[in-house]
This record gives sequence, structure tokens and C-alpha cells, in this order.
Amino acid sequence: MHFDVNSPVLFLLAGIIIAAVLAQSVFFLVKAWRRGKAIGMSGAKLKRIAVTAAVFTIAPAVAIVISVITLAKDLGVALPWLRLSVVGSLSYETIAATNAESAMGLTFGQVSSLTASQYVTIACVMTVSIMVGIWLVPVVGKKLQNGMISLENRDKKWSDIFSSSMFIGMISAFVGYVFCDFSGVFQGDMSGLIPVLVMLVSALVMCLAGLLVKAVKWRWISDYALPISLIAGMASAIPITAWLA
Amino acid sequence: MKTKLSYMDSVHRAGRIWNLSVMAMLLLFPIGVGLIYQAMPDWHGFLMGIIATAPMYWAVAVIETFTYVPMLGAGGSYLSFVTGNISNLKLPVALNALEQAEVNINSEEGEIVSTIAIAVSSIVTTLIIILGVVLITPLTPVLNAPVLAPAFAQILPALFGGLGVVFISKNWKIAVAPVLLMLVLFIFVPALNAGTVGIMVPVGVLFTLGVSRILYKKNLL
Repeated sequence: MHFDVNSPVLFLLAGIIIAAVLAQSVFFLVKAWRRGKAIGMSGAKLKRIAVTAAVFTIAPAVAIVISVITLAKDLGVALPWLRLSVVGSLSYETIAATNAESAMGLTFGQVSSLTASQYVTIACVMTVSIMVGIWLVPVVGKKLQNGMISLENRDKKWSDIFSSSMFIGMISAFVGYVFCDFSGVFQGDMSGLIPVLVMLVSALVMCLAGLLVKAVKWRWISDYALPISLIAGMASAIPITAWLA
Repeated sequence: MKTKLSYMDSVHRAGRIWNLSVMAMLLLFPIGVGLIYQAMPDWHGFLMGIIATAPMYWAVAVIETFTYVPMLGAGGSYLSFVTGNISNLKLPVALNALEQAEVNINSEEGEIVSTIAIAVSSIVTTLIIILGVVLITPLTPVLNAPVLAPAFAQILPALFGGLGVVFISKNWKIAVAPVLLMLVLFIFVPALNAGTVGIMVPVGVLFTLGVSRILYKKNLL
């Protein structure tokens, strides 16, 4: 059988797996929704959570589509579609594909065609290297959750601080990351300021949204403040980059 | 007699079944392609590719599991570790939903809010990618337009600007030390960049927990 990276059979195989993952998401959504209603959460509240999450997801999801397009140049569409719908991210998939290709004497970004054997090798490397999280959560997830719940029962105040501290620790790492090219500014390279200014625009929009909520009492602004600040920050990156790059 | 499982127990049972099933299906993709096209992997290429890729990502996955599971809740964790894009999408979605609903992740309401937000985000992401794949030919020149490239290159700063201002302003006593530490590290240590931010997340989390514990013990929180 002639092999092609965009063969319909590859789309069929990828599509079956993606359908299963979609079914998992629907299963957990329905399960949580039913439980929420059972413990007295209002339908309006649950709906607001769902709509806000959906709106917030659009821009990052479009960025993932761009990643599919980037990887499709070497690997066809089916494999990047699968990899970026399940577990993956652009940085990981690019590194895994680059390593697998270079191990076979190929150069990432310059591959015009792949044999079935090369394709299977790349798919194996990309799949096996990212598997740990999928099986480790079933192994340790319950113990970790029970630990958090028992902490909550022992000392409610410390448990709340503990959760906030985890979130702040994660956010502080990403705030630091925004400044990772900042030292170039000391040598006159202003491009390191671009992410910093984008972050400041986004933070400013979020603050304005907070002030508006207090001033006009429109709850919807609060619901959509994060997606609005995200889009405003991304949009500001266009003129800021043109100015500083 | 059939024992009735608690909601949390049933989430863990379903999560285990789903995650292990998806893992098996993922492994079947390269096996299926190999069988259909009667092609074996290039074992040398596979081994070298794995050696170059797996150790770092296996280590990161272990760290991420212990760091993110307590923040995502049970249902959210099972889903997030299957659908990926945790730090740049699933965790911010869950954090925003918890903040909006004013609930703690360790409560049952928090568990439900986080699961709904992450499930909806996963479904929307999957559908948008499907749409992108179907429309890839007309979309490619639009999404690859040079004018849009800076916007998509700056998603993380745009995301953590909005998210950061909410959480840091509400928890500024806890946030001052870790934010300063991370700023100093990322500005002055050249090895820290986009590729290493995942490793710095647990460093930030552990440091913040230590600072918070000291402040809590001194009744400063």
C-alpha cells in the first residue's frame, strides 16, 4: 500500500482517538453538571462557568491550530492533529519530531516526504515520550487529592493559604518568564520589553474591567474580563512588536 | 450488594478507566499505521529519538503531576493530562472559573466548577482544531499572516497579565517574595527561558509554600 502523510486512513485512525477524547470530556462535563445540580448549584451558575470557559478558550485554541499548520509541513496534517488534540503542545511536539527526524538523518522543516517506517518511528517517539502524565495521574491522583482534602479538614485556613500559594507560585514563574529576555534591554536590544509591555496592557485591561464592575455593577464584565484582557494583550502585541522589534 | 461510590470515588474510578484506555489507543496509532503499511519503526532512530526526548519530558511530567493535580482537582486532572496544554490553557481556565464562582478547589463545589471549566475548554479546543484541520487550506495564509504573528507569539504574557493581577492583588503578602525571586532568576540567569519555565513552576510553588508557612506561623496572614 502506497504511503502518504495525508492518507485518509491516517485521518481515520487519528479521528477515532480524538473522538474518544472528546467523549471523555463530554462524560466528565455531564457527570460534574449532574452532581452540581444534585448539591444545589444553580443551572445559571453552571452555565455561566461553561460559557466563560468556552469564550476564554477560543484564542489559545486558534494558536494550537497554527501549531498544527507548522508541524503539518513535515508530518502531514493527521499526526499533528492527533498530537495537539491529545496531550501535546507545540514546543514538545517540535522537539520530539526534530529529535526523531535527526536520529534518522532528516532535518526538521526540510522534509519533503517520509516513508511509512520513518513516519511510524516519529509517531512512536512523540507518543512514548509524553505518556507519563496520562498514567501517573491514575496512579497518584487519588492520594494527592485525599491529602488535600485531609489538609482542608485539619486546618481550613492553612488549606486555603496552601491552595492560593500553589496558584501564586505557578503564576510567579510565568511572570518571571515574561522577563526572560529583559536583560537584553541593558545592551540596547529593546525586543525583551515586548512581552513585558504586553503583560502590562493585559493587566491594565483587567484592572479597568474590575473598576467597571464596581462602577456599573455589570456582572458580565467580570465573567469575560480574562478573555477580554487576553485578546487586548494579544492585539497590543502587534503595534508593540512593530515599535520595538 | 452493590456498594454506592461517593462522587469523588466515582470520578477517580472513571478517570482511571478513561486515561488508561486513551493511553492504549494512543499507542495503537503508530502500531496501526505500521500494520496497515507493513512498516516497522527504524529502531535505531526510535532509540536515539527517545534518548534525546524522553528523559526530560518524563521528569517534567512527574513534576507537573505532583504540582498541578492539587490545583486542578480530580476530574480536571484526569482530563487535563489527556488533553494537554495545561499551563497555557486548562489551569488558567480552572483558576478563572474558581475565582468567578468564589469557591476553593478542595471543596466539592470547587471540584465541580474546575471539572466543568476544563471539560468545556477541552471540547471547544478539540472542535476548533477539527475546524482548523477541515479548513486548513483557506486558513493557512490567514493564520500565518506576518501581521498576526506577534499576537500569537505573546499569548502567555497576555494571559498571565490578566490572571496575575487578580491573584497577586488578592494575595499580595504571599506574592511579593516569589515574584521578586522569579524576576531576579529569569532576568539574570540566561539559561532560564521559555523552555525551562515548566521546571521553574514547582520551584516557584515550593518557595511560595515555604514563605506562606512562615508568614502563617507568625500570624501575618
